[in-house]
Amino acid sequence: MPRDERPYRIGVGGPVGSGKTALVAALCRALADDADDPVDLAVVTNDIYTTEDADFLRRHAVLPDPRIRAVATGCCPHTAIRDDISANLDAVESLEAAFPGLDLVLIESGGDNLTATFSSGLADAQIFVLDVAGGDKVARKGGPGVSRSDLLVVNKTDLAPMVGADLSVMARDAAAARDGLPVLFTSLRDEPLAPAVAAWVRERLAS
Amino acid sequence: MTSAALLLVAAGQLPAAGHAHSGGVEAALSAGLVDDVDGLAALLGARLAGAGLVAAGIAAAAAGGWDLARLDSEADARLPSPAQRSASRAQGRALARAGARAWPQRWPTDLGAAPHHPVVVGVCVGDPVQAALAAAYLSISGPAAAAIRLIGLDPLAVGAVLAGLAPQVDSVAGGACTAVQAGRLPDDAAPWLDVLAEQHARREVTLFAS
Repeated sequence: MPRDERPYRIGVGGPVGSGKTALVAALCRALADDADDPVDLAVVTNDIYTTEDADFLRRHAVLPDPRIRAVATGCCPHTAIRDDISANLDAVESLEAAFPGLDLVLIESGGDNLTATFSSGLADAQIFVLDVAGGDKVARKGGPGVSRSDLLVVNKTDLAPMVGADLSVMARDAAAARDGLPVLFTSLRDEPLAPAVAAWVRERLAS
Repeated sequence: MTSAALLLVAAGQLPAAGHAHSGGVEAALSAGLVDDVDGLAALLGARLAGAGLVAAGIAAAAAGGWDLARLDSEADARLPSPAQRSASRAQGRALARAGARAWPQRWPTDLGAAPHHPVVVGVCVGDPVQAALAAAYLSISGPAAAAIRLIGLDPLAVGAVLAGLAPQVDSVAGGACTAVQAGRLPDDAAPWLDVLAEQHARREVTLFAS
């Protein structure tokens, strides 16, 4: 289906434990629950253990249950978002059929390594999520997620003093690797609705 | 139809969801029925003789011009486990998406939204003998890959197991074609694999969709 006849699709990828699911939950709250301008959205999760992330989202009631679908990835989360996107396309299209007014589908990848990236056949744009506790060298190590994602989110900045991470080093390394593409530093503990990321998503929806 | 279509389908190069299905291997590992290369070889042999032969027959018939709606019912009738039926349709739908994009000129309009996998294999490959070969091979190649990922079996040893089963793949495909030419679809079964599929569907924690 041509891009302007279906909802926008944003992939959310990144290493295990970097806060992808928490960010997706924050975006759901910030966008779907915005009383002034609600975004009609749904979520597809890709998990190592089938429904763990979907269950988290359901438990926290960020969206009605039918708007959350889980895809099993057979030990290879990156295969399901990059090489063989068919199960994800099925999930996205079934959501689009069930909710014809959708503006946005968020596709959360299973936690993976720095080489994971979304196929352009699946996602219109992608967010790559790192966290400061993974070490401040991660941005320098690069990989397609760090260098090519449409938005790089460096999460859990509140932990930086505790793990000895230097945010200015991460900002410099990320800027060097990304050649002008945007980088946002977030702390969901300090700002549970991730306002900067939500604003970026709204910009993409408007473009 | 050229043999290249066979290679494209059998190599798993088309994005057709096969990577997320273990064909009962994950359930067999969980149940303690398989934990080494020999156990895997036994499971693959059983799959080939049951599900592989049935799939080869349906694929050959689909490639040979049999009515696709009838083959859909015939496939349902040969898959007693609802989980197996669902896995077959999920993979069929995925392969149909890829096949319709790959071969738009000759893609049938009466395939349905979620056709069974071997029906779509037959449509993609186009030649009955080659379609049977592809379906028989696919019944074991995906599960073999799943075993490598799940418990780290030596991929060289698993490759040798697949090579060892190659004559059986040939004979299963040949037998399926002979049956289809005589107007009959194979209906052999491996009930313990159906039971494993149902057990898998009921497990809370799984890595593979089937």
